[in-house]
Amino acid sequence: MKECIIKAEKLTKIYALPAEKIQAVKDIDLEIYAGDFIAIMGPSGSGKTTLLDSLGCLGKITSGKLTVLGKDVSQANESRLVSLRRRFISFVFQDFLLIPTLTALENVELPLYFARTKQDRRQAVELLKKVGLGQRINHLPKELSGGEKQRVAIARALATSPKVLFADEPTGNLDTKSSQEIFDLFRKLGKEDNLTLVVTTHNPKLGLQADSIVYLKDGRIIPKEQSSLFQ
Amino acid sequence: MKALGIAYKNLKRKKIRTGLTIGGVAIAVAVLVSLLGFDAGYQRGLDNDIDKLGYHLLVTAKGCPYEAATLMLKGGGGLRYMNDDVYKQIINDPRIDKITPQLVASVYNQEGGEGRGTFALYMGIEKSYLELKPWSRFKSGGWFTNPDADEAIMGYEAAEVEQRSVGDKIFIPRQDKVLTVVGIFERTGTQDDGMIFIPLASAQRIFELPGKLTGIGIKLKNIQTIAQFEEDLYNVPGIQVVSLAQVRGTILNLVSSARVMASSVALIAIFIAIIGVTNTILMSVFERTREIGVMKALGASAIDIFKIIWFETILICFFGGAAGVALAFFGSNVVEQVIRHTLPYAPAGRLVFIRPSILGLSFVATLIMGLIAGTYPALRASLMKPIEAIRSGE
Repeated sequence: MKECIIKAEKLTKIYALPAEKIQAVKDIDLEIYAGDFIAIMGPSGSGKTTLLDSLGCLGKITSGKLTVLGKDVSQANESRLVSLRRRFISFVFQDFLLIPTLTALENVELPLYFARTKQDRRQAVELLKKVGLGQRINHLPKELSGGEKQRVAIARALATSPKVLFADEPTGNLDTKSSQEIFDLFRKLGKEDNLTLVVTTHNPKLGLQADSIVYLKDGRIIPKEQSSLFQ
Repeated sequence: MKALGIAYKNLKRKKIRTGLTIGGVAIAVAVLVSLLGFDAGYQRGLDNDIDKLGYHLLVTAKGCPYEAATLMLKGGGGLRYMNDDVYKQIINDPRIDKITPQLVASVYNQEGGEGRGTFALYMGIEKSYLELKPWSRFKSGGWFTNPDADEAIMGYEAAEVEQRSVGDKIFIPRQDKVLTVVGIFERTGTQDDGMIFIPLASAQRIFELPGKLTGIGIKLKNIQTIAQFEEDLYNVPGIQVVSLAQVRGTILNLVSSARVMASSVALIAIFIAIIGVTNTILMSVFERTREIGVMKALGASAIDIFKIIWFETILICFFGGAAGVALAFFGSNVVEQVIRHTLPYAPAGRLVFIRPSILGLSFVATLIMGLIAGTYPALRASLMKPIEAIRSGE
């Protein structure tokens, strides 16, 4: 029987963004198991990112229950969420969000520093090799292409050996070829490291490569048949 | 990769902005160090001048205390005379260790043409003068041959200016008197260097001031008795007693307004520097909102972020402090010249005296300033919520 990594029951999250746009997900029931590769799909404003942020413990949920690795984190404060993120959870973002002043290698080492683990340079180098960037470890982000940057971001996300990796539109800023390469990499990581992957995407072709797809509309999960994406 | 390294690399990102902020801190620190150095140097110089007078008290004819202070330190000024019976009256006081009578006269020498003359200062002294100034040594020659001789001993600078050596003659213009130089003192670093000494009796005769004195220098056996001693002399008519402590206080009063103004300038400079640093770091925090959000998503705690931002301000203040301390140290000659020109009385010796302790203190103060300046931006950054920070630019 597979280990249940994340379980959401009636999860609801409402918050106002600085631009006063209210983002919300409502009554989400979802179970994610170890090694799953799940795509969250839906039109813009459907709440994909909000759901991803909530499942990834990036902030408190408004109501409902969220269990991560068997622990109820629905009311956890920021410091408990930080410790969860440090040990079990990683993120990859649409616009990479590498620290521009640090080299690829230093970016990969960063989560290790925050996690207070011994920073093993060889391990960071290995990770960069694994994502196909063994030759560019000392390059600054500005010297890398979009696809390369996202690979560094993925290596960075893997540095602390997380149980689950959340990727928010990881191919949103990439061309078709790079996008497919990133998804191939995800599949490889899932298979080799039993990494759980939760990825949001607009792209149905990429989404279909996941083990299962969660369709969202107006902040709620809908059955596949009701999704406009495949009509 | 450590917080310090991240902070350092971030400062390098905006080199001009960082450089300007460091420059602001450096200038504030340089001003602070120079002023502390001036304060220390001035007091030290003054204490040295006063110590080298050799006496605890000066008895003078009644008059303005400022005048008396000037008289003591510069040997010139408006001269008043008192009768030497005061001297005879107090000489046998058992509390006195050493006592010496003096008669100072200034003579205007018109040599060199209209408006270009100089004052020569003559001081009539007795042998007891040397007892009060045990450091006085003869560079050449020696003491007067007799207490009423037409002879002179010249201070080091006076001899240099007049280009006289032992055996030469000097002429006192108004009094039509020629004196023979019998000795020249070594340099003492005090006002004595510019003085021409003659026997007291000769001075009274030459300057037609029989039985007159301008001052009596007194050194007490026990400095603790000074207040009582002053009190006892208070009732003697026609004289006043000036103690060295008073003179020191008077001089420090004269320069106090300059010191207050200078301290205000230093405080304002430091205040502006703190605001500058806070502003720079705050701006950089806002620019990096998303980066800070990402670091939090990657597992950085509020303390991690606080540390990184705090290190940035401390680095700015570290480099600013180091540059400021160096600037003050190597620029102290310039500051010295400027201050010397603006002061009513400047003691001999270095005016801006920068001790290692002042350098250390200012440097530490700068780092503390950095901690204060960095607190608000660091707090702002550390309290950012990861989602809002990451999504802020989208």
